[in-house]
Amino acid sequence: MDAAKASSRPEKHTLIAKLAAELPASMVLHADEDLRPFECDGLSAYRQLPMIVVLPETIAQVQAVMRICHSEAIPVVARGAGTGLSGGALPLDNGVLLSLAKFNRILDIDAANRRATVQPGVRNLAISEAVSDLGLYYAPDPSSQIACSIGGNVAENSGGVHCLKYGLTTHNIIRLEIVTVDGERLTIGSDGLDSPGFDLLALMTGSEGLLGVIVEVVVKLLPQPERAQVILAAFDDVRAGGDAVAAIIQAGIVPAGLEMLDNPAIAATEAFVHAGYPTDAAAILLCEVDGTAAEVDEHVADVRGVLEHAGATEIRVSRDDAERALFWAGRKAAFPAMGRISPDYYCMDGTIPRAALADVLIGIGELAEKYGQRVANVFHAGDGNLHPLILYDANQPGELERTEAFGGAICQLCLEHGGTITGEHGVGVEKIDQMCVQFPPAELRQFHALKQAFDAGGLLNPGKAVPTLHRCAEFGAMHVHNGDLPFPELERL
Amino acid sequence: MTRDADASDELAFAVGLAHANATPLAIQAGCTKDFLGEAIDGEPLDISGHRGIVNYQPGELVLTARAGTPLTEIEAALAEQGQMLAFEPPHYGETATLGGTIAAGLSGPARPFTGAARDFVLGARIINARGEILRFGGEVMKNVAGYDLSRLMAGAYGTLGVLLELSLKVLPRPGAQTTLMFEHDAATAIEQFGRWQRRPWPITGAYWENGCSHIRLAGASASVASAQQQLGGETLIDDAIFWRGVREQQRPFFATARALWRLSVPPATPRLEIDGECAIDWGGAQRWLSSDADADTIRSTVAAHGGHASVYRGHATPRFHPLPEAMMTLHRRVKQSMDPADILNRGRLYPDF
Repeated sequence: MDAAKASSRPEKHTLIAKLAAELPASMVLHADEDLRPFECDGLSAYRQLPMIVVLPETIAQVQAVMRICHSEAIPVVARGAGTGLSGGALPLDNGVLLSLAKFNRILDIDAANRRATVQPGVRNLAISEAVSDLGLYYAPDPSSQIACSIGGNVAENSGGVHCLKYGLTTHNIIRLEIVTVDGERLTIGSDGLDSPGFDLLALMTGSEGLLGVIVEVVVKLLPQPERAQVILAAFDDVRAGGDAVAAIIQAGIVPAGLEMLDNPAIAATEAFVHAGYPTDAAAILLCEVDGTAAEVDEHVADVRGVLEHAGATEIRVSRDDAERALFWAGRKAAFPAMGRISPDYYCMDGTIPRAALADVLIGIGELAEKYGQRVANVFHAGDGNLHPLILYDANQPGELERTEAFGGAICQLCLEHGGTITGEHGVGVEKIDQMCVQFPPAELRQFHALKQAFDAGGLLNPGKAVPTLHRCAEFGAMHVHNGDLPFPELERL
Repeated sequence: MTRDADASDELAFAVGLAHANATPLAIQAGCTKDFLGEAIDGEPLDISGHRGIVNYQPGELVLTARAGTPLTEIEAALAEQGQMLAFEPPHYGETATLGGTIAAGLSGPARPFTGAARDFVLGARIINARGEILRFGGEVMKNVAGYDLSRLMAGAYGTLGVLLELSLKVLPRPGAQTTLMFEHDAATAIEQFGRWQRRPWPITGAYWENGCSHIRLAGASASVASAQQQLGGETLIDDAIFWRGVREQQRPFFATARALWRLSVPPATPRLEIDGECAIDWGGAQRWLSSDADADTIRSTVAAHGGHASVYRGHATPRFHPLPEAMMTLHRRVKQSMDPADILNRGRLYPDF
């Protein structure tokens, strides 16, 4: 380690010594070159070297780390696979980054109770792979599922393509083991379907590492559907596509997935993976229905009828699993496809009522012109969860700033339509100022009071998820409540 | 019919006043669930006048209503549009309200298959103990901005806030439904429930009582028909009456002179060796026990299987399964963060707070 640097930071030296007394030396990283891989998560626009990285492999070691940091008043940021898109695992210069990467084992598969006990560093997809021969799977499937870890999924309440029918992470976990800020181990939830007392399982899910460190997760497993089919529908008008989404839901069908891509997204993904998408369409919808074979036949016919009525210019139904995979290939490759046509992209996550889809898409198009940045839209249409991808070049002076301002304007637009700034990616550091727009001071005060109940010293992931009132005052945000703006008669973008 | 009315401001004022005077409040509306939880003393805070559906757009699968709205009114509005509350809430009386339903966090026979009350909560407007009106969550399907305080309200029995308005996800009613019966003992039922739930069949109810299992199938008509063919069994006529009896505890099994316990356990838990009669719901995960056995025996037996036990009818106390000390401490702190003066339904969940 850099002796000169360590001596300039006595607290770092002390902490290394205390951690080394409890953990093998290989689990405590403190040289700059070892810290570098941890400087950012999936939101790479924000980077910060942590003071120290620890890589424990047992719960007892996590407890020891937390006890030491608590007694030394050192902040701790927990990190899973580091694929998060809101900077939730961004390290702190004066803090410890607690990596759960070594917690990568599936501890138990309980077929009789249809659940699996896994360590937090287990990859999302690895769970479904491990239980597939039992005819079971774990439903939430964020697009990063080959890489993201289940602990991070719980911390962010991750969704995915199939959550319209199967729910978010919060609907698919049974029990958590957590380590508190002062190193105590607690069981949240029970082995039954509910637990006595408050529903702390709901509270912990999506709390972005601010309330405790997740060290074990029991997930619910579902029977694999007998069959799944995808219907691809093209539209020559974004509004018609948006309205078709609401029409499917209104027809009494809850598809397993209902995704939409706009023309820029279609063009980029088609050039990348050649899924056969109609590149002249203004928008395409991908509607997956699953269940028993008989049920799928019934729903495919129903959906086709709705789409025809909604003005689809072309409708294709996947004939086999290979074609179904092909239809999905474009959607799943949408993010990397953007990487091919733009040096950088910035992914937003607003969620709105389905009825507002067309208006918000058109609004985003107008904002793109105003800010002079290109945007492609790929999103979970069935949930009203948008993922506008703003294309930019971080090497061009001013582009990142302009992109962030554009992103802020998209958040505002979602709130004006009765939505939320984040559906599944979390607030992290990225959308912390927009929290001031979504929540009035009284709600923010309540969040802080609740945080105090778990972490009185504010040592767990400070600076993320919930802004201080002081920060909001500086940001000078206009709170938008329930879509009610001051002066509603004025036209806005 | 009583007129819809928004009493938010009056209720918030009353709570603020109670906070200032440290007056304990007993939140009430339909009074159908007073038998659940601990008996409490407090100035009654009546929510029943705060009622009415505020927003319901079937295409959004979202309904927002005031807490005092009768559950029957909500269910009728949904039925008119071919939709439903998929967690199949028990009413336990004609005057049940939406607020009480969510505060008690109760779910009916469909729970393991479609989700619990808390799973369908998208947003909540509440009065905190200081008399401030706060809004968490919203009317959209996915929302991870801020801590999930709206779901935390489900099952908190009003101890963390006065529920004012709730936004729930609703679902289309299934196109077809049928119930199949099988004669077998409890051990076989538990085993079969486990096996059947690993198949992709549209099961929405699995209940065993007195030597007979009832399996409810609901979904697309083709799907119900194909599962029925594979399952076999005897079809039950008028199955809606049967499932209502289970949900509302109106079956003769529940009219017991002994104490009635609710046991929440992992679904594959074997038949528990406790004196008394047992019915099995939720595909094995919820057991109803009518028994004179003492509370400690019941609770330690259930806890050994990773579950917990609460008293529905009878005199045992505490009513809910006791929490480990560290967990109780955390609960007190959470309660303190929402209700520092300890005025909201004090003692309802646990005698300590």
